[in-house]
Amino acid sequence: MGSDSGITPAADTKSTPAEESKPKENPSYDPERGIGKFQNVTVNPDLNASLATTGEKSFNVKCASCHKLTDEKLVGPGWKGVTARRKAEWILNFMTNTDEMLNKDPQAQAQLEICLVRMPNQSLADDEALSLYEYMRKNDGVK
Amino acid sequence: MNNRFFMAGAMILAGACLFLGCKPKNMNNAVSADAAIKAFVPPGQYDEYYNFVSGGFSGQMAVYGIPSGRLLRVIPVFSVDPEKGYGYAEETKGMLNTSHGIVPWDDLHHPELSQTNGEIDGRWVFGNANNTPRVARIDLTTFRTAEIIELPNSAGNHSSPFATENTEYVVAGTRFSVPADDVNGDIPISTYKENFKGYISFISIGKEDGAMDIAFQLQCPGVNFDLARAGKAKSHGWFFFSCYNTEQANTLLEVNASQRDKDFIMAVNWKKAEEYLAAGKGRKVKTKYAHNRYDESTHSAVSEIRDEVIVLDTKELKDICYFIPCPKSPHGCDVDPTGEYIVGSGKLAAVIPVFSFDKLQKAIADKAFDGEFEGIPVVKYEAALYGEVQKPGLGPLHTEFDGKGNAYTSFFVSSEVVKWNIQELKVLDRAPTYYSVGHLCVPGGNTRKPSPKYVIAYNKITKDRYLPTGPELAQSAQLYDISGDKMTLINDFPTIGEPHYAQAAPAELIKNNSVKIYKLEENHHPYVAMGEPTAKVVREGNQIHVYMTSIRSHFAPDNIEGIRMGDEVYFHVTNLEQDWDVPHGFAVKGAQNAELLIMPGETQTLKWTPDRVGIFPMYCTDFCSALHQEMQGYVRVSPAGSNVPLSFSTGGSAESKVN
Repeated sequence: MGSDSGITPAADTKSTPAEESKPKENPSYDPERGIGKFQNVTVNPDLNASLATTGEKSFNVKCASCHKLTDEKLVGPGWKGVTARRKAEWILNFMTNTDEMLNKDPQAQAQLEICLVRMPNQSLADDEALSLYEYMRKNDGVK
Repeated sequence: MNNRFFMAGAMILAGACLFLGCKPKNMNNAVSADAAIKAFVPPGQYDEYYNFVSGGFSGQMAVYGIPSGRLLRVIPVFSVDPEKGYGYAEETKGMLNTSHGIVPWDDLHHPELSQTNGEIDGRWVFGNANNTPRVARIDLTTFRTAEIIELPNSAGNHSSPFATENTEYVVAGTRFSVPADDVNGDIPISTYKENFKGYISFISIGKEDGAMDIAFQLQCPGVNFDLARAGKAKSHGWFFFSCYNTEQANTLLEVNASQRDKDFIMAVNWKKAEEYLAAGKGRKVKTKYAHNRYDESTHSAVSEIRDEVIVLDTKELKDICYFIPCPKSPHGCDVDPTGEYIVGSGKLAAVIPVFSFDKLQKAIADKAFDGEFEGIPVVKYEAALYGEVQKPGLGPLHTEFDGKGNAYTSFFVSSEVVKWNIQELKVLDRAPTYYSVGHLCVPGGNTRKPSPKYVIAYNKITKDRYLPTGPELAQSAQLYDISGDKMTLINDFPTIGEPHYAQAAPAELIKNNSVKIYKLEENHHPYVAMGEPTAKVVREGNQIHVYMTSIRSHFAPDNIEGIRMGDEVYFHVTNLEQDWDVPHGFAVKGAQNAELLIMPGETQTLKWTPDRVGIFPMYCTDFCSALHQEMQGYVRVSPAGSNVPLSFSTGGSAESKVN
């Protein structure tokens, strides 16, 4: 277990959309973090199990139609190993800022070329996205 | 032979000239040179106003952008709409319930925007059903019909649904007087004068939720109530109704209701009526009427039949109603922004009479009456009259105001809009319409604060204005810039159904409140499938309930077997999307109702009774993604008594589940 929350969004989560939407003019754009409010996320090595359980519920309602928990692609890619493939910031930004990521982020666009269905913006609240990320970590074996 | 042919040709020519007689000689003069710039809204930009336009005999309400005239939405209100599943989905059928059962059509004449302090507040727009009397409330966060209430003791709900300045009440007056619901109606029609009464309903509107309830009805003499306006500012507390057929004819009204030189405007002191109501002076009348509300939490109509209404008899209870004589067969009855002037528009009159609220009050105090009509005092015409506009045009119908002391009146027979000054009773400008204008709309033109940039004319006839489309031609709206002294025509566009009245509101009042999605967490539909893992098919006797989900771009389940002939299948489709503008549709072959159109986060139900054994495809009807065409599935129907087990799956045998 560990602290109450396995993940701590950094103080710069309040950055304005205008700043976020100009990655090309911003030489510090980090393709590993993507575009969105999550720019510095501290990941606790231990799992927050109750948060992961909350995430599992959201997964069943809003994600399970298109994502499997294995590495098998359904509509979107399987979730197995995603927390190793991508940084937390990138995943959280993709979940919460889906359309802008699909429009601008090279890795998201590469994924779209494979799947051909734009990931729906599921209107996830920040807390909901953090819980889903914790569920991804659980799915990837974090204890 | 030749001669006869020539004669016939000449007669056709003469007829054509007569037919187009109201058209100005040089049409170019009618359109302002900068019309294109004034009415053009570039692609991607928003209009300044929402225009809510009655759909007339379509039963619906259309929403146009002004000044472009772009059609933004058709809101289904009183008629079924297979495109949206309205009236076909199990959830929306109840919205059309009445004491007569489900009525799939009506005739919507007048949109009325809700007001606070005499100004449009952008919360709701009301509409009237003319045929089976009802009033609907449309929620302007969803642009959907939220509530419909039926009106007992009523027939031909025409003078409706006009609102008081804080939307305390919306009224509904009967065009057809009829015997009350609790007396024997099996009587000779010729006993109209003795037995037929007019009823005016005051529908209270919940301050927060808009909930409609019939607070009371006024029983009035048997005449035809036509249109109405609430008093405002100084005349708040009063309501004014135009009446025709004061001859009380029950046949050939075209002639028999046009005998008297003057009919009436009925002034109603509704604050006085409230006092009588509070004092228990109302009579409880047993009747039946439907009240239907759409519950946003269960995504379903809740319909109930109510059985009682309170009626105040205006003959017995003095000081509620007064008749003001008004020439001749008045139609529009409009109150200016100050609340002082009441403009009557007699369809057959040669003048526009303007009545003064102050003079009316004095006349009532001084009892300046010309006797009574059916027990209601008749105020002396001159005692209430401010003055008359002389020779304004032919066939005045409706008047709107600009808040700068001017009125705009439509003239049906002479096909024109006439601008006149109220205090001076003087005509200032005339503009032709194409053709036969009915109602007018100035944004806020019925309120204390009009927004006087445009007047829009709604025309009954378009004749040669658009490309011909067979015997039935579009009706139209025409937009005039009224920012200067002269009215200038800058745009026109065809409309759906028949546009009667319309109102317009600044976009800022409405656009930011639009609901984008229904939150899945707040979906309490009894048959919701909250996520694909909960999708299932359940048999309950001969009812099959399919708890189905849709998301770009597949249904779950999309293969269903084990349905038998004799089963009733209910597809309860939950759209799992949570993004704006991503509805999914649902249709199944042979369904004898319509499609479903399911908004993000919503659940809707299509009932399907298979009529033969076989394989039936189902698919998404609303283009949703690049793989929309893949969004499909199959249902297998077996003979009655078949032992094919009920099963369902998505994505092949690995996911197969047997129930």
